[in-house]
Amino acid sequence: MLPADPAGARRFAALRGRLAQLVPADAAPLLREMASSVRRDDLHMVYRAGIGHLGGDFSVADILVTLYAAVLNVDPMRPLLAGRDRLVLSKGHTAGALYATLAHCGFFARHELDTFAAPQSALNGHPNRTKVPGVETNTGPLGHGFPVAVGIALSARLQASPRRTFVVLGDGELQEGSNWEAAMTASHYGLCSLLAVVDRNQLQQGARTEETKQLEPLAAKWASFGWEVREVDGHDHAQLLEVFRRPGTTRPVCVIAHTVKGKGVSFMEDRVEWHHKVPSAEQVDSALKELSA
Amino acid sequence: MSPPTQASTLHDCRRAFADTLIALAREDERIVAVCNDSVGSSNLTMFKAEFPDRLINVGIAEQDLVGVAAGLANGGLIPFVSAAAPFLTGRALEQIKVDVAYSQARVVLCGQSPGMAYGELGPTHHSIEDLSWLRAVADLPVVVPADPAQTIQAVRWAAANLGPSYLRIPRIPVPDVTPPGSPFLPGRAVQLTDGSDVTIIAAGTMVSRALQAAESLRHEDIRARVLNITFVEPLDTGAILTAAAQTAGIVTAEEATTTGGLGAAVATLTAQHRPARLRILGVPRCFAPTGSTAFLLEHFGLTAEHIAAAARDIMAHA
Repeated sequence: MLPADPAGARRFAALRGRLAQLVPADAAPLLREMASSVRRDDLHMVYRAGIGHLGGDFSVADILVTLYAAVLNVDPMRPLLAGRDRLVLSKGHTAGALYATLAHCGFFARHELDTFAAPQSALNGHPNRTKVPGVETNTGPLGHGFPVAVGIALSARLQASPRRTFVVLGDGELQEGSNWEAAMTASHYGLCSLLAVVDRNQLQQGARTEETKQLEPLAAKWASFGWEVREVDGHDHAQLLEVFRRPGTTRPVCVIAHTVKGKGVSFMEDRVEWHHKVPSAEQVDSALKELSA
Repeated sequence: MSPPTQASTLHDCRRAFADTLIALAREDERIVAVCNDSVGSSNLTMFKAEFPDRLINVGIAEQDLVGVAAGLANGGLIPFVSAAAPFLTGRALEQIKVDVAYSQARVVLCGQSPGMAYGELGPTHHSIEDLSWLRAVADLPVVVPADPAQTIQAVRWAAANLGPSYLRIPRIPVPDVTPPGSPFLPGRAVQLTDGSDVTIIAAGTMVSRALQAAESLRHEDIRARVLNITFVEPLDTGAILTAAAQTAGIVTAEEATTTGGLGAAVATLTAQHRPARLRILGVPRCFAPTGSTAFLLEHFGLTAEHIAAAARDIMAHA
């Protein structure tokens, strides 16, 4: 297991303290800045490693940053504290965005990101909870994280714990039937402490979701499974923060976050090939300029 | 030990499983049961009556079943997943691999009615592949109790174990085979008879049949050593290699396909470290014909008579 980064954790605690005092609109610039930094780290990681999933990393980055920095009750110095909130990244192939976010929060040192996908690195192509602090369950094959998150939320209810559970799902991932098994279980048990976020970037590995296997009407599907549905711009930190801070009252909550695959880099945005394409050195330079603007 | 033949001496291990789980739940509030509409078939009715909130029924949804259990473990509970073995291990194999074994979630997977317990219901309901599948998954003990005493030991061991495990709970009625005071340790077989002529290594429902075979061989002055392997993973390599060295050969017997279960494990071990004459009894790589459990066990040669014949064959070639 990677050790925590005490200095990073202190900076993170200070940022969290500031963000907790701010209304979403005022918190948004700080979150945007952190998300850009996460994207830049991720870009370096994928370029160096020669593998990765930048398209999905960049569509989910604002969601992950908002959750970790301003919503989750977690302590990077004590990542296994029983009362912590839980975040399960079901779309485990976007491990790059998760690792960069965790490192920004001090769960481990940022220089560890340099080892991404290298031999014997803790930072595998998909996240491993026995090696990376902050990871709750191993994911990679799609359709696994959601049932686990339902179990976590059920455990909180049995223990009368106020902790919240968040699960981040890809949109293409919803073609896996296990998700709908989990959706039924969550609503049957009335798990209002559970919040599922769908990274609705409209693209899966091979093509658009609607060309591959239609998901729409997606909101109606979730509603018919007994969920409260909230739709937001998945790159608007103020909107994200507002919906994430507000737990469900009687039902589990699904946030459909409308996103753009490859968000932040013009030549990657909404391009199917950037699902797992690795940038050239020139493309990295060009992308960094956009991400630093 | 004389082989029990009276039906009154036979037990359904599900009873021991359920009673032990209830006893554990009274001792430890972290114990919960998770099932897939399998309250009755897992004999969990009494558990549900006493702990209604601690029996989580996810409905007919095995992928969800195992994932939810991994989540309950993440939250600090100790979930016992109880479901028919064919659906638990077949439908949810990737969840067992990723959510439980690879994630090292403290989940106890209880495969009910394994082997050919469902007889006439046919190959869809037979669980003969589970030992092959789960032996291939890293970091997952595969435990096959042989009688009520071992079922109690297995459930208590699994509850205390900090990692995941798979328990294969027999449904076919079995006699008591475990001497009182027998230890129950991972990677340790239980030796039930002494013998230096030939060895019979069996698991689960085959253990009593192995003892019956040993008894009939004794009348022919063939002394068979019977090992109840119990842990198909991790295997008792010491006991097996000693048997390979000290006896003329080894018969293995399992209510499972021979492609990758107990016999395959013994073969892999001995071939590399102490080559031995082997006779591997189990279900060959085929789907069973229609028939009762008793018919199918006879059909596939999983009887005391077939085990004894295999032992004689080894002796004839020694």
